[in-house]
Order: sequence, then structure tokens, then C-alpha cells
Amino acid sequence: MTSKNVRVKIGEMKTSTGLVKNLDISIGKLVDDSWEEPMGPTPMPSLTTLRNWDLTLLNKYKPFYLPDCDLCCLCTYGKCDLTAGKRGACGLNIADQSSRIVLIACCIGAATHNGHARHVVDHLIEKYGRRYPLDVGGLNVKVEAPVTRLVTGIRPQTLGDLDEVLTYCESQITHLLSVAHTGQEANNIDFESKAFHAGRVDQVGMEVADIAQISVFDFPKADPEAPLIKMGIGTVDQTKPVIMCIGHNVVPSVGIIDYMKEQKLDDKMEVVGLCCTAIDNTRYFDRAKIVGPISWELRFIRGGFADVVVLDEQCVRTDCSLEAERVKAPVIAASEKNCIGYKDRTNDPADEIVADLVSGKVPGVLILDPEKVGEVAVKVAQKVAPMRKKMKSLPTLEEIRELAKKCRHCNMCQRSCPQDLKIPEAITAAAEGDYSKLADLYEECIGCGRCEEACPVKLEIHSYILKVGEKKMLSETNYCRSGRGAVQDVEIRSVGGPIVLGEIPGIVALVGCANYPHGGKDVYDICREFALRRFIVMTSGCSAMSAGSYKNEEGKTLYEEFPGGFEAGGVINVGSCVSNPHIAGAAIKVANIFAKRSLRGNYEEIADYIHNRVGAVGLAWGAYSQKAASIASGFWSLGVPVLVGPHGSKYRRMLLGRADKPENWEVYDARTGNKVNVGPAPEHLFQTVETPQEAMVAIAKLCLRPNDTWKGRSIKLSHYIDLHKRHYGIMPPDIHRFVRTMADVPMTMKDEVTKILKEKGWKETVIPDPTLLPRMIRKKKE
Amino acid sequence: MSCEPWQCAEVAATKKANPITKPEVAVAMIKRAARPLLVVGSNATERSMEGRSLIDFLIDFAKASKVQVVATAHMVGEFLKRGYTPAGFMSAMDIGNRLVDPSWDGLDGKGHPDLAIFVGLPYYMEALILSGLKHFAPDLRTITIDNLYHPHASWSYPNGSLDDWANNLKVMTSRFEGGQ
Repeated sequence: MTSKNVRVKIGEMKTSTGLVKNLDISIGKLVDDSWEEPMGPTPMPSLTTLRNWDLTLLNKYKPFYLPDCDLCCLCTYGKCDLTAGKRGACGLNIADQSSRIVLIACCIGAATHNGHARHVVDHLIEKYGRRYPLDVGGLNVKVEAPVTRLVTGIRPQTLGDLDEVLTYCESQITHLLSVAHTGQEANNIDFESKAFHAGRVDQVGMEVADIAQISVFDFPKADPEAPLIKMGIGTVDQTKPVIMCIGHNVVPSVGIIDYMKEQKLDDKMEVVGLCCTAIDNTRYFDRAKIVGPISWELRFIRGGFADVVVLDEQCVRTDCSLEAERVKAPVIAASEKNCIGYKDRTNDPADEIVADLVSGKVPGVLILDPEKVGEVAVKVAQKVAPMRKKMKSLPTLEEIRELAKKCRHCNMCQRSCPQDLKIPEAITAAAEGDYSKLADLYEECIGCGRCEEACPVKLEIHSYILKVGEKKMLSETNYCRSGRGAVQDVEIRSVGGPIVLGEIPGIVALVGCANYPHGGKDVYDICREFALRRFIVMTSGCSAMSAGSYKNEEGKTLYEEFPGGFEAGGVINVGSCVSNPHIAGAAIKVANIFAKRSLRGNYEEIADYIHNRVGAVGLAWGAYSQKAASIASGFWSLGVPVLVGPHGSKYRRMLLGRADKPENWEVYDARTGNKVNVGPAPEHLFQTVETPQEAMVAIAKLCLRPNDTWKGRSIKLSHYIDLHKRHYGIMPPDIHRFVRTMADVPMTMKDEVTKILKEKGWKETVIPDPTLLPRMIRKKKE
Repeated sequence: MSCEPWQCAEVAATKKANPITKPEVAVAMIKRAARPLLVVGSNATERSMEGRSLIDFLIDFAKASKVQVVATAHMVGEFLKRGYTPAGFMSAMDIGNRLVDPSWDGLDGKGHPDLAIFVGLPYYMEALILSGLKHFAPDLRTITIDNLYHPHASWSYPNGSLDDWANNLKVMTSRFEGGQ
């Protein structure tokens, strides 16, 4: 392994040749390359190293742009109107501009994850040293960092190695962001290629963050039986002081939990979390509780459950501090990325800070030392809790009725609601004492608060929804499995064959944010449907919470109903946002461990393998963020299709295949060099689906891969046909495109399928050894 | 009735939909089109007027006008349950992507549509697809027959009530030979 900054210092040494005194040797870099795997062709790729691969995918899946804005306002030439083919003052047209915005979004996402990783790694190196060994799963995980190995060619073994990996990522993000400057890249497809590169770098950064925290904080290490964690505000003992942590970076929470343990207070207080910090808190401390995803921040602060609110970074509502002030909950800002205008008290004595917060002299403070955050948060919570008595800012039902009478029926609340919810009807009914429609909104509302901002008479509509839904909110008691981290090598050995041959019909990963209009029920239903069908279901972040937020008829959550292993019918929570590379890593490890393909700096070959052989699909049902964009981009680059729910259309660019153009679906048969038409498998690389029913059919279809054996294809088609008939009420009319030989046809559906094949003039074809890379052809055609 | 985007922030720049002031205007455009196509989204079963679902109004309109229907999401099953077979079905993104391709010859292979009529998709999703068509399908005219103003269409009804909507759809249906 390569290590940097080696320093040898000798005070005094006697040798046979003489005396050495005060010798100080410093070496910038020492290369210790004991990794036997040969270096592949593309270690530490630059912006253009993998351009040919990107263009291959982008030729197959062309962008379909949905401009969210007709203008470009990024420089002082503008605003430029780019409507319908006009070029702006710098020469860009709307396609270029749309792809440029995609690149910017992916850069923001990649920078956010890499910034997070940099903070975690620097903090841990400072505390534990560069030589601290990485361990993500003991002997069960020898390929500890598949994404990092694949992209950079580095096999990290210590915290110090991660520093070097991040240095590479940071340089790439700087270059990528510079591409978005006025007068740089001039072609939309090249912008797209660079967005793919941002996705690759993003995956590496996330992997670094997670393997660092798994190793040092002793999170579950690739453990299929990671503990079940209590989830929901109903699981919180409100007689105890409550510390609420919001964000993504676990380091300040570790400070809190460690201090509680040192003071033997860990069973006398509650540490609850929202968003990915919640997930990671439970990986560190299994008595921490998850109360909800990002979309419930307003709900729980305004509900008055927190005695202290600790904000770290990413996806933290920027009005959290204002909302906390309303319920007299002191705020600690714990990240330099989110200072909230508070005075930096990092170097002040803890007791002085505590006194100021408890007395209300200041509403919040900035503390950048995680250990001090821990001490202050615990002490403040203890002192404030009896004074606050869980003060809420919710009105009574009678007050709601009176306030609702002020409504002007202007509809601005509905017109401002991202989900177009029927708020005016609910307010009108509430004015007459009927709260049932407000109660219905509790299930649908994503908690953005835009309705309140739009209301001309300042009705606090979200508070009314919360008040009416309060009983339901307090009864929310579910389980989420703590994030397990990586997939074990031995698990890959067990299922690698069935995945590649198609006998396990697919891997479905439900990831991303939780801005779901029905509180995650759709995510639960989709997870359960595919787990029952013996797919491998993977989750992370807020989606993992949503998946655990509902119960079956026996009262079991998904995580109680299904095993946590990487196996057919397993439901796996890999962890927080930064754990997503364990999902990509599982696909990469199938290529490496099962198929024995070399990983090291060998991106194209592995991505080609995954694209043609591993039936994996991502679904981000409620994605909203730039991080979700970069996460998706990392999967596109590996050739893994990603679906988003309806408002994912606002990512403003799809990558769509054209099933009706046979020429788009040719691959090389690596055995012969012949081109073979394999049909639209998978049909799209990035697509918005409109309903959960459409999502289920699309998932089953997108798991088809050219390499499926006849048996595997038959199994996959049976799921596709079954779901299509159930939700669309009809046989899929495109089935002929996916049948290569009659052996592919599911036995029980033979008559129906054969009829369509005859109507369509279907002809048998061969099952190739598929590749998109000419260099992978073993025998050149003469 | 207002010609402002229904969702306040869905603003357009310099090219905004002309308002359809009465249903006869929409009828005239549809009659003038050689190859109109009606795209029906998932709200077709989520909206109801006068005790009937939107999809029932649309089936009446499609039967009367003989306009080809493409159903998005899982709506094909809802049409079939009601005894109407749409000309095609595909995801909303797929139909949008085909409409920007001038070489696409329509659902029946007889030529590219010259008029795309949208109704019943989630507002923001329909807005984005209409934006894509405004920018990348310059020869295609687009209409929405929703009751919500869509600035990115070529022509759109202003924001209106459910009663207005029902009336507009009924009048449109009645103006075709097969209408009642």
C-alpha cells in the first residue's frame, strides 16, 4: 500500500561505524505495493479516462431533457432565454444547459459526501492515528472497499490510506465543477459523461466515509443479524430528557453517546435521530432511536419532543433553529458546514455554554468539538427538560376550528404544495368541526411547510395537520434493522451464480430520501412484494426507515418478517446515505469474487460485466436532493438502471432506451465477436415512474440482462408477466423482445406467450456471452 | 379562471401557452390536426366530477373524437376494465421521448403525431414533459385539457373549477360526430 509522510527520527544511535545523533529523515511517499492483483488500465481516472465507456452507455440510453427552467441565470451575460433552440450569450443551448445543471447537481452531491468523508477521516486520524487499521467485516470481508479498489486502484488498509483516496476525489470534484463555468464544456453528452464521473467519485467518497466509521466506531460489521432498532416517536420515553440529532454526520452524536455512557446516564436519557444521523446513531448505540426521515423534521421539532436539538450536516431544514426556538429547545450547531449564524463557543468552558443555553440567554451555539457537543448537549437536556415539560407549539382542536374560519379560500396552499394536496377542502371542513380531511393529510403530507408560507392569513396549516394526527404520531412504534454495512464475501459466493444466471430474479435497492406523499407505504409495499418474490431487497437511509414503518397482518415489520442476509428473499439495510456503496459494492464483488474478474483500476470491464449480467435496479421513490442525483449517477456509470418516483422527474433529465429501435440493442458475443441483438435489457438507465404499480412492473422488467440463462430468463419473465397482468390487466405486448429461445418462456404461461410470439413474427436467437467492449472479444471475427 | 401556472413556481419565460377560452377552440384544433394523440395519466382515476371519474369523461371523448389514446403508468388496466382499449400504453417519459423524435411514426406506424393532447398526469410531471416538448419538438403542437393552466403547452385551459372541467369535456365530446 502507498503511504505518505513517513518520518524516521533517531535521537542517538551507536553503530560499528560510528555514532549517529539527531538524525531526522522525512520521506514524502513510501510505496509498499504488496497487493498481488495487477493494476488495471484505468486507476484514478481523470475526467476523460472513462469517456468512451460513458459514451457507449449514453449512445444506448440517450438523454431526454425536461427543462425545469427556460433561462440560464448563471453569469452576468444573462439572464438568457434558451427557449426552443435559442443559444445564450455564451453559446450554450437548452440541452447543454440542462446537462450542465445535472453535472452541477452531481458535483454538489459528490462534494457533500466527500466533504463528509473528509471530516470523518481527518477527525479519526487526529484521534486514532493514520495507522489505525480498517476492518469492515473481519475474515468475512476480504474485499473491504470494492468501489475504491475499482476506481482508484488502491486497496486501503488504514485510515491514512483513506486520506490518499480522498485527495484523489477532491481533485476530481474541483475539475468537474470547473467544467460548469461559463465558456467551458460545449456539448451536452460530454456534460453527461462528466456527471457520470462525478457519480464515480461520489461512490468512492461515500465508501471511504462508511468504512472509516465502521472500522473505528465498531458499527455492525457486515452483520446480517445487526440489531433491530426501535423506531417511531411512540418508542421514546418522554419522561426522560430527549436529545434530538438531525443530519448525516455521526461524529457529534458519538460525542453525546460517549458522554452519556461515561456519566452512566445512557438509560436515563433518550437520544433520538432524524435522517441518516439517526441510522448511524443506532449503528453505534443500539438504544438510540430512529424517529423518522428528513421529511419529518418539522413534525418532531414543532411537536415539542426535543429538549435539545443537535444539528450536524446535510438535509437539515435551515429553519430548524427557528422552529426549535418556538418550543424553547436550545440548539447546538455541530458542523462547520452549518453554523446557522451562531457564535462559535468551541473554546469556551462547557459549563458557561450550558448556563447560557439553559437560561435562554442565547437560543443556540456553534460547537465544533464533538466531545464538547456531547457534554453540553447532555447537561443542557437534563436541565431544560423539567423546565420545558415538552412544550409544544400545536394549537388545540377548538383553536384550529376558529383559526380555520379565517381562510380566504384562495387555494394558494394547494397551489404551493409540491403534492397538490387538497388542503383548502380540509381547512374548510375543519372550520365546521370536521377534522377527518386534515387527518387524511397527515398520511400524505411531506412536511415541507410551503402551504404556511403561501397562506395570506398566516394559518399554520402544518401544525393543524400534526395536531389532528397527534394520536397516530404517538402510536408509531416500529422496528428498523441497524445498518449492517458491507455484504460478506461468503454471501457473494453463495448467491453470485444464481444472480448472474438469473435464478435469483434480481437485486432491488430502495434508496434515497423520504419525500413520499403516503408516508412510505409505497416503499413498504414495493419492498415486501419483491422480498416475497425472492428478489434480494436492499435499503439505505430514509428509505430503510420507510421500509420498516409498516407492519404485516401478523404485526411484523419487514425487518422482522424477512432475513437480513444477502440472499433470495432477504431485506437488507446497509446503513445511511454513505453506506450506498455497499450496494454497488455487492454488484462489483459478484464480478470479482464469483466471476474472478480483476477489480483493481479496471472500471470498464467490471461495469460492462455488471450491466450485462447483474440484474440490479435502484429505486429512489422520494428522492429530492443533489446527493441522490450523484448517488444515481454512480449507478448509471456502472450500467445499473435507476428509477425515481413522480417528482424525480424534476431531476430534469432521463436516460432512456428505445425498445422500438432494434439497432440499439446489439452486443458483442465475446466468444465469437459476432454482434447479437439481445433486446432492450435493461430498457432504461434512468426513468421516472408515475405510480407504485408502474414501479413494480418496471423493476421486474429492468432486472432482465442479456446474460440470463434460459432458466433465469424464464423466472424473470414469469415475474414481469405476472406483475404486468396484475397491474395493467393485460399480457405485456413487448414479451417477444425478451424471449430468445422457447426455453425462455415460463412453462405456466406458454400458451399466452406463444400466441404473442406468433403475432409478432418472433424468431429464435442465441444467448451470447455479452459485452459492449470490443477488447473483451476473445476470438476476433475473420 | 386564471392564466397563471397552477403550481405557483412552474413559470415559463418567453413562450407561454395560449389560453383556451372555450372548448370549441380546443375542438377546432383537434379537428384541424391530421394525427392527434391523447396522453392520459394516472390522475384519470383520481379525479372525479359530477359523480363520475375523469377517465369516464375521457373515454366518451375518445370514442366521439376517434383520437388515439396512449395510457401512461398503469392506466391501461383502468381503460380495459371500462371496456375501452387504448391505442397504446407506455410510461409518460417514453411517450415524451418518442414525441421529440421526428422519425417516430406514431403508435400505428403511419406517421408522427402533429398534436399531443395531455390530461391527468401529476401537474409537475406534465409540466416538465410539456417543457421538454416545447424545447425539443418545435413542430409539435401541444394542448392540455386539464382544468389547470400549463404554461409550457402550446394551448391550455386556464385554472378552473371541477364543474368547468366537466362542462368543457362534455362540450368537447358533443362537438364530434360520435358525441352525444
